[in-house]
Amino acid sequence: MKIRNVLNTITPKTPSQKNGAGSLGIRNTKWLSFPYILWMVGFIIIPLIVILYYGLTTNDKLLTLDNIKSILDPINLRSLRLALELSFVSTVICLLLAYPLAMILNKSKMKSNSFIVMIIILPMWMNFLLRTIAWQNILERTGIINTVLKFFNLPMLNIINTPSAIILGMVYNFLPFMVLPIYNVLIKIDKDIINAARDLGANSIQTFLKIILPLSLPGVISGITMVFVPSLTTFVISNILGGSKIVLIGNVIEQQFRIGNWHAGSGLSLVLMIFILISMAILSKYDKEGEGGSIW
Amino acid sequence: MVKKFIERFYVGLILFFLYAPIIILIILSFNSSKSRSKWGGFTLHWYKELFKNQSIMNALYTTLIIAFLSALVATIIGTAAAIAINSMKKTPRTIMIAITNIPMLNADIVTGISLMLLFVAMRYTLGFTSVLISHITFNIPYVILSVMPKLKQLNPHTFEAALDLGASPVYAFFKVILPDIFPGVLTGFFLAFTMSLDDFVITHFTKGPEINTLSTKIYTEVRKGIKPEIYALSTLMFIAVLLLLVLINRRNADKREPIKKV
Repeated sequence: MKIRNVLNTITPKTPSQKNGAGSLGIRNTKWLSFPYILWMVGFIIIPLIVILYYGLTTNDKLLTLDNIKSILDPINLRSLRLALELSFVSTVICLLLAYPLAMILNKSKMKSNSFIVMIIILPMWMNFLLRTIAWQNILERTGIINTVLKFFNLPMLNIINTPSAIILGMVYNFLPFMVLPIYNVLIKIDKDIINAARDLGANSIQTFLKIILPLSLPGVISGITMVFVPSLTTFVISNILGGSKIVLIGNVIEQQFRIGNWHAGSGLSLVLMIFILISMAILSKYDKEGEGGSIW
Repeated sequence: MVKKFIERFYVGLILFFLYAPIIILIILSFNSSKSRSKWGGFTLHWYKELFKNQSIMNALYTTLIIAFLSALVATIIGTAAAIAINSMKKTPRTIMIAITNIPMLNADIVTGISLMLLFVAMRYTLGFTSVLISHITFNIPYVILSVMPKLKQLNPHTFEAALDLGASPVYAFFKVILPDIFPGVLTGFFLAFTMSLDDFVITHFTKGPEINTLSTKIYTEVRKGIKPEIYALSTLMFIAVLLLLVLINRRNADKREPIKKV
């Protein structure tokens, strides 16, 4: 579970930065970043090189593309396609649920936005595995929904162990990551711009389409990445809510590592990283400040 | 009026969606039946059993120690790095921020696997330290990103003034800069602590067979059924955090009150 966009709301809005580089008046602060640089090279950059090495070699240290080509295996290809489909659907649902919510929260006159953030983040304090398991209780054949349906003599719903259950789990787990970035950009939109649009005769739909939506786009893009990447790569949600029959690409990779087939697992991870890189590239295109200023 | 009602209803519905599983888990912690799907009557039995269950207590202990240590180390390294990044020129700063973003945007499964492969390649035995190192790695960015905005708000002249008045740079840092950025440092620490506490995927790949955090312990029990003690423990943890947040919120509200009256 990652909370990335929370920071924006927890930390107060920064006033326009008056001073550029060297702002603190401290010279020679570069050495302060040495432990960090060493750490990041050692535990971020080198590990990625190691995974690249494993993905491109065989057990006998020979160069090969077979590990990457194993994605073309029908079973693996199907799991990738299913993962793409499910994460796409979950991302769309999250967006449709989160945007109106963020707008309502923004409109509510509640001044303490830390309270709103708190309420949305609070569920994360209960272990996410447990929360997902609780959905089994709700969706099961003898679960809460079906008990209620049976009471009213309605037909039973068969959701557990289907792709729908996995989508529900994804939406449930990652919805906060869509709400928070959108909410964060919405509260920063200058009310005068909206008023100006209204004064100039735009109706509320035009104001939304021409002003609010374009200005909130960075938050939307950020939210999409934050939901899409973890949904695409999950193996836990599909494991708990999908039963053993539904296999996503995350499950395949996890399984390869569990049985000790590290080279094939690394190769498939590299394929997965292509999709992650694409999302990162799209995200950085909209994060023009290059400092994460608008995103974090 | 109707619009307002619909809006309220919508927010309520989403909150219900977010909190329903938590309510279920809390109810299950009072369920005297061992089965997840049967209600056997109210009991406090699992709360008593919890403290006798050595393996759960061990997992809790490991989880808390790793969360605390990783948050602490990440806070120190991250705060120092944030100060350095803040005074860098544009290009190196952009590069540093980009590297900081990698672990936040990358998928947990890839981060976990890449770290595991590194440890194995270095012939480093997977265990407590490997988990700790991994947690520090994904925690540092949270600290940097919560300290940076505070640094931008700082008035650079106070530090210079302190130096002019004869303070050593280190003394001036602790007396002038640190108090000002402290809220950001604290946010970073708590965020890092939370992330570590809640992580499953990265721990799953980088841990050895002999240690368990709460997350990995729960995962091993998914198939055979979760022990009710776990529900009791997470209910206690959830309530503790809830109380803590309510207290902090009320203290902040009290602080704000006098200003409003003036």
